[in-house]
Amino acid sequence: MSATVTTMLLVAVQCGLLLALAPVRVGLMRQVRARLEGRAGAGVLQPWRDLAKLARKEPLRAPGVRFGGALPVLLMGASLLLVALLPLLQTATLVAVPDDLFVVVSVLLLGTVAIALLGLDSGTAFGGMGASRHMTVAALVEPTILVAVYALSIPVGTSNLSAIVSARLDHPATVVAPVSLLALVALFIVVIAETGRLPVDNPSTHLELTMIHEAMILESSGRDLGWVEYASWLRLGALLALVANLAAPWGVVQHLHVLAVLIAMVALVLKVAVLGAAIASGEVFLAKLRLFRVPELLAGSFVLAFLAVTASYLTV
Amino acid sequence: MSLLEVGLVAQLALALLAVTAAVAAPTPLRPLLAGGATLLMGLSGVATGALALGGRTGIVSAPLTVGLGLDARMTLAPDRLGGLFMLLAGAVGAVAALYSVGYARGPAGSRTGCAAFAVFLLGLQLVPASGDVVAFLLTWELMAIGSTILVLAEHGRRDQVRSAGLWYAAMTHLSFLFLLAGFAVLTVAGHSSSFAALAAGRISGDQAGLAFVLLTIGFATKAGLVPVHVWLPRAHPEAPSHVSAVMSAAMVKMGVYGVVLTVTRLLPGGPRWWGLVVLALALPSALYGILQASVTSDLKRLLAYSTTENVGLILSAVAISMLAASSGDSAVAGVAMVAALMLTVSHAAFKTVLFLGAGALLHATAERDLDRLGGLVRSMPRTAVAFGVACLGAAALPVTSGFAAEWVLMQARIHGDSRDQLTSALLPAAIAVVALTAGLALLTFVKAFGIAFMARPRSPGATTAHEVNRPMTAAVLIGAAAVLALGLAPGLTATAAATALRSAGVVGAVGAATTTSAAAAVGTGAGWGVALPGIGAHLDPLALTLLALAVTLPVVLVTWLLARRHPRRDVDLVWGGGGVRTSPRMPYTATSFAEPLVRVFDDALQPTRDLRVTHAQESRYLVQEVSFHQHLDDRVEKSLYRPAIAMLDRAGDLARLMQNGSMHRYLGFSFVALLVVLVAVAW
Repeated sequence: MSATVTTMLLVAVQCGLLLALAPVRVGLMRQVRARLEGRAGAGVLQPWRDLAKLARKEPLRAPGVRFGGALPVLLMGASLLLVALLPLLQTATLVAVPDDLFVVVSVLLLGTVAIALLGLDSGTAFGGMGASRHMTVAALVEPTILVAVYALSIPVGTSNLSAIVSARLDHPATVVAPVSLLALVALFIVVIAETGRLPVDNPSTHLELTMIHEAMILESSGRDLGWVEYASWLRLGALLALVANLAAPWGVVQHLHVLAVLIAMVALVLKVAVLGAAIASGEVFLAKLRLFRVPELLAGSFVLAFLAVTASYLTV
Repeated sequence: MSLLEVGLVAQLALALLAVTAAVAAPTPLRPLLAGGATLLMGLSGVATGALALGGRTGIVSAPLTVGLGLDARMTLAPDRLGGLFMLLAGAVGAVAALYSVGYARGPAGSRTGCAAFAVFLLGLQLVPASGDVVAFLLTWELMAIGSTILVLAEHGRRDQVRSAGLWYAAMTHLSFLFLLAGFAVLTVAGHSSSFAALAAGRISGDQAGLAFVLLTIGFATKAGLVPVHVWLPRAHPEAPSHVSAVMSAAMVKMGVYGVVLTVTRLLPGGPRWWGLVVLALALPSALYGILQASVTSDLKRLLAYSTTENVGLILSAVAISMLAASSGDSAVAGVAMVAALMLTVSHAAFKTVLFLGAGALLHATAERDLDRLGGLVRSMPRTAVAFGVACLGAAALPVTSGFAAEWVLMQARIHGDSRDQLTSALLPAAIAVVALTAGLALLTFVKAFGIAFMARPRSPGATTAHEVNRPMTAAVLIGAAAVLALGLAPGLTATAAATALRSAGVVGAVGAATTTSAAAAVGTGAGWGVALPGIGAHLDPLALTLLALAVTLPVVLVTWLLARRHPRRDVDLVWGGGGVRTSPRMPYTATSFAEPLVRVFDDALQPTRDLRVTHAQESRYLVQEVSFHQHLDDRVEKSLYRPAIAMLDRAGDLARLMQNGSMHRYLGFSFVALLVVLVAVAW
């Protein structure tokens, strides 16, 4: 019983940590990018200030829009559920809700659907355009996710993320095995596509030829926009943390201890910060791909994932 | 007379009652009386199916007076597997009958329409009860004839109905022909027409292979697999909606039942290539079906193609089970077969709601083209809720029945056997195909729900839409509740599926695997969840829902607090994007929604586009009018059936040379025939 309570506590700590730091991570990525481009930048706390400002504003509602308030809350709920399910701090999971990868992917897709419906609900050309592109990318990303996951689960014999992470902790050599590397690169590309970063989507553009994410939330305002932004940051934060934990599982708590939890928190923050800064630096040198070149990128990531599976058969 | 036999006879009696009511009742009361009797028949099917699933046995046998001194009998003796499918058909039929009380007006509510619906459902419920080949083929044909009449119900209103009816009749009889041939081979090889005797007879070798191929083609045609799927996207849209719901949710499943019956009971333990044959049929069907569904804008056609996809997924699970069984991996074989049955039940639940919902839209707006719907969540809130839940189920999102079923399928798949080279190459490909299918299904049903119910109305019909009457909303809401309930408590479906596979007659490799391991490999986990101890995984959607509620509650609270301080303000134009957002021409349509996908799969779909630009008189640079038309043909139909039909036409033309209407020529033929007979006799 007490083990369950501690696990639940740890899940709560994990949610709190990501909730607090997801906007800071966004601020850090923007700051890194600004500095590399020779600008001063707004500081790492700017996203938090934006959220506070949005919370204080009144949301606007156009005639005919029905779910402008409900869908952002649903999206936030899906993002939080995603954070609660992932093994970011510890490898022990809730007994009733194991962090099964298919469940995790479904929760991720629930968020994808919520934001696409938000775009369609607005009843504008932009909203529909964003939703259409978003769903097309999501549909093409799905095979890569599942095949990469399959590749990672073959050596462990289960699709539970925590089992995969702890297997990597126990056998560090598997992290740099070709199977693992190929699958990780594929997963990384998928995370970039699914969360709308360069080169798939440019998070800082409002040009109709290129935008995906921004097009869907163009009509949202006030706290609705706040939730959507917060949820998207949380989602990217959680997925980056997952990739970081798969690539470098060290620091994740296996045997429960207060000090170990603290170390795990510090390690998680460091890993995500390094990965985020790396992505931000990379984005400085990237231009957005043409929308109809994106499938080629995704096909490339799929081939990597497929190679990973093939490699795993060769090594087993 | 056992309780089960009473149930079987009760179905016959209630069908008779429904037909009588349909013929005798005055027009205003006909839908109520005939629909009510059909509803009762469906419920008796549910009860009988549950009894059979629970292990009760009973035999109803009737002599067939064929003449010629043959002693032919037809026997109804449902086993557990048949019980599950009878339960399914009865439940779908009952919901559709309830819906028909409010829906069946005009041709669908005519004497013929109401009577044919009862006969169709009777055939449907008795196919899985059949205990021998004769009964199976008779009830199968009853089902086929009933549904053909119903497909033709609205032939007076639209021209396409006749062509749809013709396609459907041709394909369904093609199916029957193959089944007849397949069962004939079985009966000759097994020296009996009773399923029990055939199962005990252990037919093997070439005869078994031949029978398997013939039966698979026959059942695949009924199940709507590519390339014999062509009747689905024609017959489903043209039939009245409660009929298309039953056809798609239950009748197509009889094809699945047939395949499962063949591989677990009649011909268990088949060689490896059987599994590969089924897989090779199933995977392309899943992908092709959903790709066509994702780009079409006709709602009922979309649902029809999605049926092809789902049957593809179900049979791919059956194929995985067969492959695993042939390499002796009984745990995976059991789980995969359970996954197939769970997918079947789940698809029946959500597809019933989707077709009935599409019928409600058609009823309220007189439109079934998504491009002309929109904004219906305001005018039809109850239908919208039910349709939305069913869309979640079709997209396999938590916490619906589709999610749980697909989860079991994926578990079976990643634990699938990798011991030999062929499977190890096939499995990742199979996973990728299923994943792409799932992704496209997501897009398809976001499109179906988002375009039909959200944004603003795109046609006069959609603007003046109103919520449909009570029996119709009750039917879709009951269906949606089932989708959610089976998603929250998938343990129910899993246990039922595992029980169904424990049929007394199930023997052999696949059978043995499922018999021993389905019970061991599947159980209800903590609470109502599904546990797969055989491969070490469990899923408890109820706990997942509780966790989701727990994390969402603070968000709702914060939103509520903020909303108290800063209420929403209504404005005409939030962000106008040119200031013309009031025009219903501005929102994306279903065609534009799928446009990026059509581009990505350009080579596979080969759309024909017609773009006409009219320039203004003053200057070529000013555009006065643009018209855009896109047409997506079914490529399989185009490249496979059109040439075949053209060839048949030519053969017909050649035959006409002999038959030119000249009396002299016919007399000449008779004379030659007489000569030939005389010569033959004299020889």
